[in-house]
Amino acid sequence: MSLHLSYRAAPGNPWFSWQYVRDNSDTILAALREHTWLVARAVLIAALVALPLAVAAYWFRSLAGPVLAVSGVLYTIPSLALFAFLGPTLGIGAVTVLTVVVLYALLVIVRNALAGLHQVPPDVLEAAEGMGYGRWARLFRIELPLALPGILTGLRLATVSTVALVTVGVVIGRGGLGQLIFAGFQNNFYKAEIMTGTVLCVLLALVLDLVLAGVGRLLTPWLRRRSA
Amino acid sequence: MNHLREAVVWLNDPLNWTNPGGVLDRLGEHLILSALAVLLGCLVAWPLGLWLGHTGRGGSAVLLVSNVTLAIPTLALLTILPLTFLGFGRPAVVVALAVFAVPPLLANAYTGVRQADPEARDAARGMGLSGGQLLRRVELPLSVPYLAAGFRTAAVQVVATTALASFVNGGGLGQIIRAGFGLDIAAGGGQVIAGGLLVAGLALLVEGVLALVERAVTPRPLRRVRRAASRRAADAMAGG
Repeated sequence: MSLHLSYRAAPGNPWFSWQYVRDNSDTILAALREHTWLVARAVLIAALVALPLAVAAYWFRSLAGPVLAVSGVLYTIPSLALFAFLGPTLGIGAVTVLTVVVLYALLVIVRNALAGLHQVPPDVLEAAEGMGYGRWARLFRIELPLALPGILTGLRLATVSTVALVTVGVVIGRGGLGQLIFAGFQNNFYKAEIMTGTVLCVLLALVLDLVLAGVGRLLTPWLRRRSA
Repeated sequence: MNHLREAVVWLNDPLNWTNPGGVLDRLGEHLILSALAVLLGCLVAWPLGLWLGHTGRGGSAVLLVSNVTLAIPTLALLTILPLTFLGFGRPAVVVALAVFAVPPLLANAYTGVRQADPEARDAARGMGLSGGQLLRRVELPLSVPYLAAGFRTAAVQVVATTALASFVNGGGLGQIIRAGFGLDIAAGGGQVIAGGLLVAGLALLVEGVLALVERAVTPRPLRRVRRAASRRAADAMAGG
């Protein structure tokens, strides 16, 4: 398959077209901005809710079972069904997309954060107790830092899957880049539009993942030294 | 809650079930599409995963596959594949759905073989089993809990994803939701919620049934392993 760069070279319906990107840069950028903004808000909200939940489930063992069970059931419910439940109630808008996406991201972060917290070695905890750390000091200075790899894994997975999930928002007309993909399909199967939306979606996921991985490296210098 | 009452009314209308394009038709389409996609996924992922696990190579490739598919929007594959040589219709939808079944199947087949007790493997080698015999008689039976857990994860995920086939008019229960959104919210709200209930109910049902199947196919001595396996399968679904 050759890469056609403009309509003049290929009057048909090419998969990639700079002509399309140039002519529609406003629409594309608006979709990209909406998509990124949705993902950023979703992951931030999800993290702010998920971390206290994970800590609560870590402190009170009896909470861990129900939290994991509820998150398991919620994860099984298809995204389209969640849109169907929330759409008629919350209306057609960014709030609905945000709610659905936050719910899924929440589950991923809670699970991974909890796994990370459980991986803190018991002798470290014992040492901390012996040094006179209280519950909160232990949490902020020992348990959370040591659980950072798990938390960051959760954040990265949540971000990447959120980028893909936002496109389902097409069903209520707020799908960010999904809007491009779907419009291209409806617009007489305009391949360049579909491909542009898809490529930007995957690139966005990749870039955000790399950014979070970089942040993780900066936050956990001790892991780097050990592996080197 | 007004919409919820409308949803109950909609579900109680027998014509909504038996009409052409009604619930029963859509349910049949949904199940056929999902079954074909899972079957295709198994045919591709299991032999590959077992082989990679047997040779002990390609662990990072398995991880890469699951990370990359996580980033690809379902909507993109559903719209792109019909425009390729696959053409419009069922094959394109099935292939698109099967792509998302591959990562859990592949990862669990790979881990299942890798997790096999090295001592059992050594003993089998000492008894003079060849590589193929070792895989067939030792590693494959020992990895059954993992295969079952991966199958369950993949099947539930495919059933959930099949709802999105409605975006390209591929059929399935999602079609009911889409049609409801196509109406005015005031008029279609009940239908939308009814469709959502059907889709969610089917996914939970499949999850429950496959949990029982998983338990049934796991030999009793391996049940303890199975619990670890399904936990790990859940992690694999979340990508970890």
